[in-house]
Amino acid sequence: MFPTPIHQRPIINQYIYKIFLPISLIIWLIPIFGILMTSIRGLGDITAGNMWGTPSEFLLFSNLYDVFTNTPMIKYTLNSFKVTIPTMLGAVALSCMTGFALARYKFKTNLIIFFIFIAGNFVPFQILMIPVRDLTFKIGLYNTITGLVLFHVAFQTGFCTLFMRNFIKALPQELIEAARMDGASEFKIFWKIILPLTRPAIAALCVLIFTFIWNDYFWATVLIQGDHAMPITAGLKSLNGQWITAYHLLSTGSIVAAIPPVIMFFLMQKHFIAGLTLGATKG
Amino acid sequence: MELNNSKPKRITWWQKNQIKISPWIFLAPGLIFFFIYVIAPIFVSIGISFYQWDGLSPSIYVGLQNYIELLDDEYFYISLWNNLKWLIFFMLAVPIGLGLAIFLNQIVFGIRLIKSLFFFPFVISQVVIGLIFTWFYQPNYGVIAPFLDLIGLEGFSILANEDTATYGIIFAGLYPQIAYCLILYLTGLNNINPEQIEAGRMDGAKGFHLFWNIVLPQLRHATFLAIVVTVIGALRSFDMVAIMTQGGPYGYSNVLAYYMFEQALSEYGYRMGYGSAIATVLFTIMMFYILFFIYRMYRNEREDNN
Repeated sequence: MFPTPIHQRPIINQYIYKIFLPISLIIWLIPIFGILMTSIRGLGDITAGNMWGTPSEFLLFSNLYDVFTNTPMIKYTLNSFKVTIPTMLGAVALSCMTGFALARYKFKTNLIIFFIFIAGNFVPFQILMIPVRDLTFKIGLYNTITGLVLFHVAFQTGFCTLFMRNFIKALPQELIEAARMDGASEFKIFWKIILPLTRPAIAALCVLIFTFIWNDYFWATVLIQGDHAMPITAGLKSLNGQWITAYHLLSTGSIVAAIPPVIMFFLMQKHFIAGLTLGATKG
Repeated sequence: MELNNSKPKRITWWQKNQIKISPWIFLAPGLIFFFIYVIAPIFVSIGISFYQWDGLSPSIYVGLQNYIELLDDEYFYISLWNNLKWLIFFMLAVPIGLGLAIFLNQIVFGIRLIKSLFFFPFVISQVVIGLIFTWFYQPNYGVIAPFLDLIGLEGFSILANEDTATYGIIFAGLYPQIAYCLILYLTGLNNINPEQIEAGRMDGAKGFHLFWNIVLPQLRHATFLAIVVTVIGALRSFDMVAIMTQGGPYGYSNVLAYYMFEQALSEYGYRMGYGSAIATVLFTIMMFYILFFIYRMYRNEREDNN
């Protein structure tokens, strides 16, 4: 193990480590404490510049009430779910199939198609912006949740294919050979043998896609204009323009926006990390 | 008799060819979708960059005019230069993430929770991070205001100053990026071969020597991924700029990604052709990294097959 485990070190080092660990954590989380503290303050504290002192009033619930009743925050949050969940399902469904095809069949263009998926996944959004916006207009889906979902599904399929293909490729080939011997059709192999084995990969992708799409801001601005379809990231930005110095409300709104991906992360941490490292467990 | 004869024949045809045809059936939906929304638009955008177009009226072919205009555009150079600053300073996320990972790779009480809390910023939207830091930087009632007073810069606004705005945004951007690199390196440290470390220690390697010669080579894969995602993150920086300064003051914190958006879709008018030209430049820069990534994947594939 690297570095040397702390319990093999002199006792003094162990104490120093145990003191420094929480201190470093507190420093690291200062920005998060900042919004948490601010979300319970009132306007009085904000204008008086009381950022780190004891809040003079405890107004978290009143701030929450303000945010939810005076702004379309509930609508924004619902929209975010309406964009995120279908995208997650769509991209995972498509990439289970593409990943299977690329991992398990030998054909000439296999590697080229795989690399196209990877390359597409890394291109800057700006090179897609105008044609995608134009296309969405033409099919009558500009300013709709469906329009946004369709793009997200297509784009995320690139990353998901990369992930699924590598995962399925690492599964033992014998399983498939044996099933073919028994006369199972290719679809049956996919549905009955491969799909059940990819469950951990599907879980990892779901958490990752959820986080990516929930936090997307760029496409929400490019493809959506009105409050009726706007997800929470773009919604927060537009509220920012309206409440120039109402940082207590802005903080409360930010916390509302951050809660779903944070919950998702804590519940599925193992899968999340496996996904981020592309499932690469080898060194 | 005839019916009996033809039936097995049809099955044989499918059986013979199903292995050839099946992959295409599995690929078709994903590939078609990806082609329409990702691959084709790249070429369409490059095409549009040779036109003058406001998005509504018919477009006019102008050849290389948009690119020639770019060469004379002061704001384009400022954005390009800022992208370079992003590339350089964003890279700090890699060593800092590695340092933190080494610091946290211990087994003590509560370490699992502490690690998760360190990952935290990565999960939160960049919009939220951008808002937090904008508020931190507020000259009069921001969090750092007391510190600015202390060093005699009372009322100094980091984001309103043309020399400091970009660095202010990059600093905010580093916060989630360090968390990302930390995740990659902690996984990497977890997968290190303990026997090699022990062998190294037997040979008397310790401290920095052990780290540099034995640990770091084994973290190759994590380092590679960390560099790739950091470069891509630096070139894609849009959210933070849009939230924190909108490119201001006077375009001094602009980056290509945001400048393109501003030219193509903002109150300054809809200059789709010019925007596409900027996007094409950004795409070309990014393509170097993409090709490098793919080349490496290709090499790994060949190693796997041998």
